[in-house]
Amino acid sequence: MTFAQILTEVFSAIIGIIFALVGIKALRDEGAQKKITTAAFWFVLAFTFICGYWLPKWITGACIVLMALLTGIKGVVQSKSDVPDHAEVRANADKIGYKIFIPALVIALGSVILTTLGSKVPALNWLTSNNCICIGGILGLIVALLMTKAPIKYTVIDGTRLMDNVGVTGILPQLLSALGALFTAAGVGDVIASGVSAIIPEGSKLIACIVYCVAMALFTIIMGNGFAAFSVITVGIGIPFLIAQGANPIIVGALGLTAGYCGTLCTPMAANFNIMPAALLEVKNKYTIIKSQIPVAIVMLVIHIILMYIFA
Amino acid sequence: MEILKLIGVVVVIIGFAIKFDTIATVVIAGIATGLVAGMTPMEILTTLGTSFISQRTATLFVLTLPCIGICERYGLKEKAIDFIRSIKNATTGRVIFIYQAIRTASAAFSLRLGGHAQFVRPIIVPMGEGAAAAKYGELNEETTDVIRGAAAASENYGNFYAQNCFMGASGTLLIVSTLVEQGYDVTAAQIALWSIPIAIISIVVGFVRTIMIDKQIAKVAGKESENK
Repeated sequence: MTFAQILTEVFSAIIGIIFALVGIKALRDEGAQKKITTAAFWFVLAFTFICGYWLPKWITGACIVLMALLTGIKGVVQSKSDVPDHAEVRANADKIGYKIFIPALVIALGSVILTTLGSKVPALNWLTSNNCICIGGILGLIVALLMTKAPIKYTVIDGTRLMDNVGVTGILPQLLSALGALFTAAGVGDVIASGVSAIIPEGSKLIACIVYCVAMALFTIIMGNGFAAFSVITVGIGIPFLIAQGANPIIVGALGLTAGYCGTLCTPMAANFNIMPAALLEVKNKYTIIKSQIPVAIVMLVIHIILMYIFA
Repeated sequence: MEILKLIGVVVVIIGFAIKFDTIATVVIAGIATGLVAGMTPMEILTTLGTSFISQRTATLFVLTLPCIGICERYGLKEKAIDFIRSIKNATTGRVIFIYQAIRTASAAFSLRLGGHAQFVRPIIVPMGEGAAAAKYGELNEETTDVIRGAAAASENYGNFYAQNCFMGASGTLLIVSTLVEQGYDVTAAQIALWSIPIAIISIVVGFVRTIMIDKQIAKVAGKESENK
């Protein structure tokens, strides 16, 4: 095991502990509904992060099925968090001022600088991109604690509060890449690819870019979720017709997901972005936001296709 | 029957479309696909588990939450609101555009600053409508709908097109883990870097769009004053 890998396991264990703390928060919440199933979900998830690496992998697979069962029966809910009081936050804001943006800048810039350092200096090769995100997060936390002089306990209180806000869908990206792996093992990509090959003439990069970006947007419109579309469409179309033909995977990947977001702008399926806000803003027609967004979505999709064609 | 292997795709589409639990949908899709392809339950669990463990990286954003949570407690959102409120003498379109630019920057730094409930409704809509009312007098419903639609949209543009500029964003990590799982060695820093062009372009497109919004407001708000 390299030092980089050891570090990765340490960070995974810390994330596991955060999950476990969310579970404990649920157990401690006197008035909570479904606290046993909620806590069970977070503990099982914590277990996969802390122990999964060292155990036979089917155990983690079984844990995933168990977690899906718990969310499928709607057994996982948010428990009560210590939400900061409005007056307290206002007073804090007046005291600290615009400096409060510094910790977030430390996370973002810190991880970029450290990654660059890690890729340039051989002795620091353990500063992988992923490890640097974690280190950035911890550096940001230290700066935030020093600057605000907040009691250390808020690390746990506010960390679990936000984690609970993000909720179970926080593991969706990770789960979707596992789904992508299963699709590949089962040959799903090949089936989609053979179907799509009928419309993509061999060697036509432009048409491949158009089909990939438009398919990303369309799938996102149908599903309301760009993440899910990304794993299906990238395995089925992006890889065989673009990346395997020599296109740059970085550019195809980066543009692929935001091409999907062009679809998110057009779909009532993405209700929390497009429909619920319409109700919140008390507009006459619940499709007002989508109507406003469609011209931008179309222009952006075309730009995605052009960028992918030129640069990928 | 090769085509049967697409059952997983069908399950995902239907599951998301009928708003069935997302986690359960994804897992059912995976199991169904594996079974149709003739994998044993043990092979399916092992494939799922192996990939889930190697792709824990997709969930690294969790380590940024304690820092952001504390910053929220100490006034992150309040200071952003203070800043936006300090904008004076702007047209409706300009107010909305400035919000989109701020939202884009905050998404790129993974600040969970925006929100239809926290920013658009209490701050951007009143400021945008105030600017229009100063110019055209009392606003009709058609005008307020245009303003509110555009204000809500600016939140979405900023959020969607810029979030991947942050290395630890869940979208960025999804792209990395999907490609790594398929055998392509990409890093979060590379994906974040190549997400910057679209973020910048979205601001330019937003700028043009808000100029159009100002024109549209002039048209629909002016329409009624002619009728009067």
